[in-house]
Amino acid sequence: ECVEWEVTDGGGSEIMKWNGWGYSDSKFLFNKKGQAEFTGKRYRLSGMIIPGLKDWMEGTFGANLQHKTPATPLLTSSAVQPATLNKAFLEELKSTGIPFSHDAEDRVFRAHGHCLHEIFALREGKFGRVPDMVVWPNCHNDVVKIVELACKHNVCVIPYGGGTSVSSALECPPEETRSIVSLDTSQMNRILWIDEKNLTAHVEAGIVGQDLERLLNESGYCTGHEPDSMEFSSLGGWVATRASGMKKNIYGNIEDLVIHIRMVTPRGVIEKSCQGPRMSTGPDIHHFIMGSEGTLGVVTEVTMKIRPMPEYQKYGSVVFPNFEQGVACLREVAKQRCAPASIRLMDNEQFKFGHALKPQVSSIFTSFLDGLKTFYITKFKGFDPNRLCVATLLFEGDREKVLQHEKQVYDIAAKFGGLAAGEDNGQRGYMLTFVIAYLRDLGMDYYVIGESFETSVPWDRVLDICRNVKARIIQECKDKGVQFPPLSTCRVTQTYDTGACVYFYFAFNYRGLSDPVHVYEQVEHAAREEILANGGSLSHHHGVGKLRKEWMRDTVSNVGVGMLKSVKDYVDPDNIFGNRNLL
Amino acid sequence: MMFLSLQHRDPMLKKRDDFEDMLEERRNSSDLRYALRCYTPVLYKGLAPCKASMLKSMVLQSDQLHHVIGQVSRETGRAADDVQEEASAILEEMAHCLQLSTVRFFAFTLSKVFKTLFRSICVNEEGIQRLQQAIQEHPVVLLPSHRSYMDFLLMSYILYTYDIALPVIAAGMDFMGMKFVGEMLRMSGAFFIRRSFGGDKLYWSVFSEYVKTMLKNGFAPVEFFLEGTRSRTSKSLTPKLGLLNIVMDPYLKGEVYDINVVPVSISYERILEEALYAREMLGVPKPKESTSGLFKARKVLSEDYGSIHVYFGQPVSVRSLAQGRVNRCQFNLVPRHIPRRPSEEIQSFVNDSAYRLVRAQEENMVLKPWVLLASLLLQNHHQDQTAGQKRGMVLEELTAQAVWLRDMFREYGAFLHWPVVLLDICVGGQVKPGEPHSTVTPEEELLSQAVIVLSCASYRNQGLHVFLRPALLASAINAASSNLKQEVFNSFSFLRNMFSNEFILCPGATVQDFEEACYLLVKTGALQVTQQELLVTERGQRTVAFLTSMLDPFLQGYQVVCRFLCEEATENLTEKQFVPAVRKFIIKHLLAGRLRYTEVLSSDLQKNSLAALLRLGAVQKIKGRIKLSKVTYSSVFLLRTCVNLTYNC
Repeated sequence: ECVEWEVTDGGGSEIMKWNGWGYSDSKFLFNKKGQAEFTGKRYRLSGMIIPGLKDWMEGTFGANLQHKTPATPLLTSSAVQPATLNKAFLEELKSTGIPFSHDAEDRVFRAHGHCLHEIFALREGKFGRVPDMVVWPNCHNDVVKIVELACKHNVCVIPYGGGTSVSSALECPPEETRSIVSLDTSQMNRILWIDEKNLTAHVEAGIVGQDLERLLNESGYCTGHEPDSMEFSSLGGWVATRASGMKKNIYGNIEDLVIHIRMVTPRGVIEKSCQGPRMSTGPDIHHFIMGSEGTLGVVTEVTMKIRPMPEYQKYGSVVFPNFEQGVACLREVAKQRCAPASIRLMDNEQFKFGHALKPQVSSIFTSFLDGLKTFYITKFKGFDPNRLCVATLLFEGDREKVLQHEKQVYDIAAKFGGLAAGEDNGQRGYMLTFVIAYLRDLGMDYYVIGESFETSVPWDRVLDICRNVKARIIQECKDKGVQFPPLSTCRVTQTYDTGACVYFYFAFNYRGLSDPVHVYEQVEHAAREEILANGGSLSHHHGVGKLRKEWMRDTVSNVGVGMLKSVKDYVDPDNIFGNRNLL
Repeated sequence: MMFLSLQHRDPMLKKRDDFEDMLEERRNSSDLRYALRCYTPVLYKGLAPCKASMLKSMVLQSDQLHHVIGQVSRETGRAADDVQEEASAILEEMAHCLQLSTVRFFAFTLSKVFKTLFRSICVNEEGIQRLQQAIQEHPVVLLPSHRSYMDFLLMSYILYTYDIALPVIAAGMDFMGMKFVGEMLRMSGAFFIRRSFGGDKLYWSVFSEYVKTMLKNGFAPVEFFLEGTRSRTSKSLTPKLGLLNIVMDPYLKGEVYDINVVPVSISYERILEEALYAREMLGVPKPKESTSGLFKARKVLSEDYGSIHVYFGQPVSVRSLAQGRVNRCQFNLVPRHIPRRPSEEIQSFVNDSAYRLVRAQEENMVLKPWVLLASLLLQNHHQDQTAGQKRGMVLEELTAQAVWLRDMFREYGAFLHWPVVLLDICVGGQVKPGEPHSTVTPEEELLSQAVIVLSCASYRNQGLHVFLRPALLASAINAASSNLKQEVFNSFSFLRNMFSNEFILCPGATVQDFEEACYLLVKTGALQVTQQELLVTERGQRTVAFLTSMLDPFLQGYQVVCRFLCEEATENLTEKQFVPAVRKFIIKHLLAGRLRYTEVLSSDLQKNSLAALLRLGAVQKIKGRIKLSKVTYSSVFLLRTCVNLTYNC
């Protein structure tokens, strides 16, 4: 599922959508018969009919296929603000031979992440402040040159990796008067070396997740770092936001995977002098870099842990009579420290949603089997279809150990009333992770807007936070005049010793609202307040960006903010990296 | 300018529901069939209720109780099992065991009793519908006003009738004295709490966990009395915060999304305990609750207690109350099951909420014409007394005044229930508070007169909340040395502060109360407000005079307590001796004709004034003894102002 990507002229806009998620050839649509289908050839779901989706959309949102809200099809360059160029910078840049562009499309493409308001504006053909030019450094030294020039000519630099941010981190500060340069790392996408003795790989930071895995796989290795955005997000972006991968239970999160980081800052290059696996040398300077969200410099090269590719992978799923039992099971699994590579628990609404995305089955036998399963679970086992929920599992490792592990987890699940529900359901669950972002674009064609957001929370708070945040979303929608009941659902996506990561999905039909994005933002804001009031963190892995800045002080205390500020002031006194994220 | 913000609060615009008489159906159909009918209340989120025994085990297994048991065991050196057993025994003593059969028994007998005692029991059915809705959405707390033992039986009776989940009710331990009745009440949903358990951690823990478990699991609505005990005077009592703190806790800690609190106003035309209360306040102690006493009391069955109005108020969401007031993040850093003293922020939030809720109860109290008549008759009685006459009032005059007063009540937003045909009382010519029976000594005569006056006052008190703020302002205008706004405000503020143990006046809301009072008096044309001054208008004189004399008895009560403390209090006055001593002092002065108001004999008034003086620091309590504070400037000033103010009035 990978594409070679020619960049320099016109960005990826032929291959990638300029105003929606992912590849241009892949999208959901309703065909002439009114059936939903997913186009393209890239995914398992591609080319398939999804018979349940229409009913689900109509039933869940009150959406109607007659009421369309199509996006502006083409990018009109004239609607884009003319570039403010810094002549002297430009002149000197030209002499370095580093490719650059001030084409409107290139600039717009790098002016946003994937927050709802950003995509909504693009679909309406509205552009705010966009970068004035884009540069494509090819290696670490190119970046050093660009940053030096930027400092010399007082130009604002915003690093750009995969563009999958959901924290308004890529938005250009509208008050920025200097020329803004988007530093696109996509050309720095090579694996520089692999060290099989120490099991490390030295990689340029612009590489995107799927390329990194594919290239390592060719040598029989993997990093095992698989955030949901891995098709498009870059290594540098992971470091800059403290990313988390689906299989962190085996491989760890980005902070566990990184051995060495090279970052170019206005003060020069920061890096450690050796690759010792652990050091006691004062506060770990990596932790100033990880989560700095592009405010201190550009990550150019990273040495990462690698592992031999797993011998065996097995998906699985468990049905629980209710969400409470499911959470109790996950908690027990975490307590016994036997979590599989991935374990996720969907609530009832999400279970139904997953159900609606089942592709058309070709054989009568499969549909008969499905019917039988449903009958067994709801009638024979007495599960209430409006309360039951599903956990999806992914095991990895030696075949024998996987099977052993699998038994252990299913035994625990059984204690909490869980019934094994097959590999297929599990695998479909993970596949949906990649197509769900496409689905938002379909919703937006029919008056439905939505978004997901996440948090991490101690175990004893998981049920409370899920209930309260979902209820808050529903109440806020009602209070803000949303005419249709919203979709408000959650899943527990990661387990830790002391807590879990919880993901909320929220979407509603905005017909009848004059400013739907504003309503959306108010509801999301209220939901975040609710998360914080219930002991949840500001973010588990999406980061702060500009979207959640207002809560930073409460989150890390005055002194904490002061510490971070003083680092910023030392490293970047002229605010060259002026995306204004975080602080 | 400052009144603009009050426009939307115009009490005249308050919309209230209509009443239905629920006894009517009882008079027309079989009580037995009613008691045995199918009872299927809607439940919180459709959850099936758990058994009372299940509830107990949930409490005993709770993290909170485990923690406290461990703590107690470490502190006292007792074995944890031992402490656990004690906890179990406490729970056993406390827990209700709601049984439908007992409820049906009560439904049957209470139908019979109510039909004999009362003409009607009127309920706002829209309020019932709102309650039904509220119960499905969030856990519900019912907060009825408390004037009579009848209150909680009545509540359960109504909820049973309307097919609403029966509440569990926090009841004082005193009922447990009545063996049989106590158990009956327990089976109808009452649970029993000790009146005081100050430092007993374990008791508190079992108790709070029990209440919270019931609430969180939506077992049943939790019902308790904010005022803590029955008001003997028909004035609302200063709210007690303990239980309110407990029921708000699950919301503040995020254990439930929200909690609906429903204030319920129960207005009796005539309270069953009426005569008992007056005697009690004059020093005849209330009889200890006993089953035999209850049977002796059955003679009340032969009397007419008029009608009851029960108004289920708008459910109040605790979440919306707390919005912007409480930062719930304060529970993020300590496990929620470890009991902690509520922070100042939460204490003040709970306190303010409690006052708001009591005011919500007051607002929907139904006032009968008797309330107005009692107010007028009492004022007239006192004027007569000063003049040394015993005339009473001519009926026509009383009627005319009552109509005037009715209009004023209405303008102040009172919830009046005014019969279409006014006054069918057949009193020959003149009306006055009853004549005392023939007695021997002047003191006995005084006391039996006082019983009548206090009973009368309890009718008047039902309406006090309506014009409390304007009355404070009227008194303040009288007492202030000039009409300057600031001066009036100062004396308003002083009076308000002094009386905040007496009436429901939320601490810290002086400015709002002042504005509200000004707004009402201006609206009714009694007052003009200029940039600098507050001026009573020509037509306002009557209103102001009426309002001032409403507060007069209270002022005199506080004044006499101050004088007693200055003149007669000995070094060794204990709290216990205070009431009898001050009573003696007052009787002496009343007999000598130096005091105008017999009402000041009320021990309620005396205790409140002592509490106020303690609060204000004029008096101190040292080792159970009451002492004037060291002659500091402030305490002397305070007492003097207090005395002066009252003399002026």
